[in-house]
Amino acid sequence: MAPHKIVLRFTSSTSDQPIIYHLVKDYDLVVNILKAQINPHLEGTLVLDLRGEKYEEGIEYLRNQGISVHPLTQEVVRNNDRCTSCGACTGHCPAGALAMERPSMEVQFDSDKCVVCLQCLKVCPVGAMEVRI
Amino acid sequence: MSVERTYAEINARIKAGKAVVLTAEEVIGKVKEQGLTKTAAEVDVVTTGTFGPMCSSGAFLNFGHSSPRMRMTKVSLNNVPAYTGIAAVDAYIGATEVPEDDPANSNHPGEFRYGGGHVIEDLVAGKTVKLKALSYGTDCYPRREIETNITLNDLNEATLFNPRNAYQNYNCAVNASDRVIHTYMGTLKPRFGNANYSTSGQLSPLMKDPNFATIGIGTRIFLGGGIGYVVWNGTQHFPGWLKDQEGNVVGSAGGTLSVLGDLKQMKPQWLRGTRFQGYGATLTVGLGVPIPILNEEILRFAALSDEELHAPVVDYSDAYPNRVGGNLGVVSYAQLKSGKIILDGKEIPTAPLSSYPKAREIAGQLKNWIEKGDFLLGEPVQLLPGPMAGLTGKPLEIK
Ligand code: SF4
Ligand code: SF4
Repeated sequence: MAPHKIVLRFTSSTSDQPIIYHLVKDYDLVVNILKAQINPHLEGTLVLDLRGEKYEEGIEYLRNQGISVHPLTQEVVRNNDRCTSCGACTGHCPAGALAMERPSMEVQFDSDKCVVCLQCLKVCPVGAMEVRI
Repeated sequence: MSVERTYAEINARIKAGKAVVLTAEEVIGKVKEQGLTKTAAEVDVVTTGTFGPMCSSGAFLNFGHSSPRMRMTKVSLNNVPAYTGIAAVDAYIGATEVPEDDPANSNHPGEFRYGGGHVIEDLVAGKTVKLKALSYGTDCYPRREIETNITLNDLNEATLFNPRNAYQNYNCAVNASDRVIHTYMGTLKPRFGNANYSTSGQLSPLMKDPNFATIGIGTRIFLGGGIGYVVWNGTQHFPGWLKDQEGNVVGSAGGTLSVLGDLKQMKPQWLRGTRFQGYGATLTVGLGVPIPILNEEILRFAALSDEELHAPVVDYSDAYPNRVGGNLGVVSYAQLKSGKIILDGKEIPTAPLSSYPKAREIAGQLKNWIEKGDFLLGEPVQLLPGPMAGLTGKPLEIK
């Protein structure tokens, strides 16, 4: 069965649970972790390659744990002409993909770190962050 | 003898290409290096800049007369209503206006993807904007309806007029509650999860002339990439001193500017349509003020650094909406810019809403204009009230 690329978002109360252990043990799924991030507020984001017979049951289990599951079919890009380097996004990017360089105070975007949580699209005041499908 | 300069002397030096101009950032180092007196003797002008959301922004537009003529009573631009309680084909488009059919916050938190600020940005960018107008019709203005496309070029006048811009200082916003809140200071996470601030600190125009010793009616400024003017004090202009818990002066607060300029001279990268999720639409404005170094005292303030300038920390979940005075303490701009502040022993990540790199670019551009002789200082015909005027805000009592 082909692997599915998915993005999981954990709240602070789920990020310390042995979720992946259960995916492997109880659902016999093959897990390949592509990106993992826990922010200072203990909210976590995980990008996985997931495959196995009980894929659907595994996803069901994740959702029952209060974890949001989204397919990773998108890529987030920054429109550099629009970005003003204000920094409003830097406090919300859980992966540190948008980060302030000091002392220049220029905001850098490292798409390799992005976990496609789409937070920046909501908080960027000038709409500089865009999704590419 | 300490230095004394007049506007005329500085302008003569600008015309002769001899004026010494430093940005507000550069002058800090200069004063640290060689002291106030020597620097005051050398430097003619210090330039400042800020690039942040300024809700009180808008533009007066004159559309010209159609045939037959029309007294425009209801006007919308790209579906965003403009105010028309003025002469026949004039309208004022405010930055915070949202389209009539915008869901606003009915489904909280609203998105506010497009508003008056975006219309202004589109106009400045040369884009075509849809003009719709309705009228009740009169003998001299019989037309009742119009729908057409306009560009900035088609307009007779387009005057950016912002009645409250360039806030001298601003709150550092935090959220003490247990839920996420959506404010004009951005999205604030619960339990002091983040802290947002919004001035350029040591580059910020009114923090560098806190006494309003040089800024007044007629001060020529950088506005939206073009040349503009200070035309009055801004609304809610309550200049004063920010004090820490011990009562020491640690900054200034409360002054604002009313500014005006020709929209046709401006550039879209300095007037950006902006929105805050769950709050509304607005405009990010680039604004820079030159400070003539008339004497050493003016330089002393113009050379204040991020370490010496502070912002009050305010809880936007309760204190701010309920108009409870006071604050949770003050923090320096150096701390804010470091990326974290400490409040009650807890470390809180900070993020700005106004762009420091763009503020630096504005101060640099203004310096460049002055050095090239393209920009002379405007001597105010009247200075704006300073902290000594004792202006304070009147609350709105519900009677
Ligand atoms: S989508 Fe935006 S906020 Fe989320 S990780 Fe990527 S850059 Fe950061
Ligand atoms: S919030 Fe938007 S404009 Fe500001 S730095 Fe981030 S991407 Fe750029």
